[in-house]
Amino acid sequence: MYVAVKGGERAIDEAHRQLAEKRRGDPAVPRLSARQIGEQLGLAVDRVMAEGALYDRDLAARAIRQAMGDLIEAAFLVRAYRTTLPRLAVTEPVDTNRMAVGRRVSATFKDLPGGQILGPTFDYTHRLLDLEESGPDAPDGPLPEEQSDDADEPQPGGSAADTPKVLQLLDHEGLIEPDEAAGDGAGGEAENGDGTPLEGNEPADLTREPLSFPAGRDARLQALARSDEGFCLGLAYSTQRGFGRTHPFAGEIRMGTVAIEIVPEELGFPVEIGAITLTECDMINQFTGAKGVPPQFTRGYGLVFGHSERKAMAMSLVDRAMRAPEFGEPETAPAQDQEFVLLHGDNVESSGFLQHLKLPHYVDFQAELSLLRDLRAELEGRKTADAAAGDEGEGENA
Amino acid sequence: MKDARPLRAPADAPGSVPNAVEGETDGTARRLWLRCLAYAHPDRLETAWNALHEPPAYALLRPPETGLAMIRARMGGTGRPFNLGEMTVTRCVVRLAGGQVGVGFVAGRGQRHATLVALFDALLQDESRHAALSESLITPLAAEQQGHRAKAAAKTARTKVDFFTMVRGE
Repeated sequence: MYVAVKGGERAIDEAHRQLAEKRRGDPAVPRLSARQIGEQLGLAVDRVMAEGALYDRDLAARAIRQAMGDLIEAAFLVRAYRTTLPRLAVTEPVDTNRMAVGRRVSATFKDLPGGQILGPTFDYTHRLLDLEESGPDAPDGPLPEEQSDDADEPQPGGSAADTPKVLQLLDHEGLIEPDEAAGDGAGGEAENGDGTPLEGNEPADLTREPLSFPAGRDARLQALARSDEGFCLGLAYSTQRGFGRTHPFAGEIRMGTVAIEIVPEELGFPVEIGAITLTECDMINQFTGAKGVPPQFTRGYGLVFGHSERKAMAMSLVDRAMRAPEFGEPETAPAQDQEFVLLHGDNVESSGFLQHLKLPHYVDFQAELSLLRDLRAELEGRKTADAAAGDEGEGENA
Repeated sequence: MKDARPLRAPADAPGSVPNAVEGETDGTARRLWLRCLAYAHPDRLETAWNALHEPPAYALLRPPETGLAMIRARMGGTGRPFNLGEMTVTRCVVRLAGGQVGVGFVAGRGQRHATLVALFDALLQDESRHAALSESLITPLAAEQQGHRAKAAAKTARTKVDFFTMVRGE
């Protein structure tokens, strides 16, 4: 039973005032601009875009500032904002083969065509906290050479010829499972990989239809792409430690910009409207074979907004783990249980349900309390009665 | 928007064929200039607009509107499509007094940007203005954007690993 409770308005107003004050901090310190957050806390912005499931750097930066750096709260703000906007278009599928790579590494082939390109990475840093603030990070330190004078918008470029996908090398030899047919009903096998039929050719969309089980790989990938990085990482790690092991190799990790194309209804042909930064991970996993299918490696796929390598890698491991039924693998581990993974990975949902515990449960609790008191009273009563009966018994025995 | 009616057939409709490429019907030239305009900084387009000798009269067929586009990707890069997540986009459609319809579609929330893209798209379809605008705006934009790409690629290439093998003994 819910009872309307009034009387908190003044306290709430004051709490909001204090929140604003706390958010601003010492007024003597200049306020952060969204631009500063975007430029200098870029990976936080990337994470909020990924988990908020909305690519807009400026909005994510503002959300981070408003949430005082609480990235889950910021993702929530972004999700809430997106509900105010109409859906204007669906893009053509992005072509990660034509990504203008800023980083591209493979742990499976040293001398891969196109080479190992490190790009900006934390790898090989010593993780020593720089208390001296020396070097290029110092407040007034020297700028790294060629301080970016790029236009604000990422500029895609590069071409497929520059950086072929590593997995294609294996694909040519038939040593890895082929990518599932490109969806256009090719071979009449339009299904979600695990036998569930694909409805039409439209991939599932969690923003329109709630998840249903068993979920197709399309729905699973969408859910993973926006899932909480910590949750996804923990699950991925669990598969590495033996809970649903898939023996992964990082076939290729690439980060860079891809062009976004839309077909405006007025034009009827695709036009490029900008570019976004993505991180992609192709994981190569233990081989499997079946009747009539020679042994071959299997795939796990990760694709995430922004520069987010840890998330892309974790996603690819969990994606592969959830494909267990396709390969007839026993489903014994949490990461293989798609209901467990998909229903608990969204931090906006889980945080909301967790925090609803703060809402008034006065009446519920009163009911529990009075039940407990009744039980205790009953127990006491029985004890007294038993004791009385015991006394009598003893009396008889004596 | 519910009144999202198609305004006109694609570029192969009579009278709307861009004259940049003789006889083209698939919008190749138009795709190129729309791409350049979409990547251009809005201030740059504003300056170009202000520099026009006779800024044309125009009507907003679709006032600038910001919304979402669902970004599709493919499993494993080449497999079946799935929905990755959304992005903000802004569109605008204008018609010049001469009848040319311009379409602006840009990533992000830049309403003025989308409007300017639509205006230049329409102007570039105007045969009397096409050549001059191509030369003064599109060609330099394309060159600059290509320059940025080349520079970024060169910068990235500097982090390419040069493996060498230590040879033991002689």
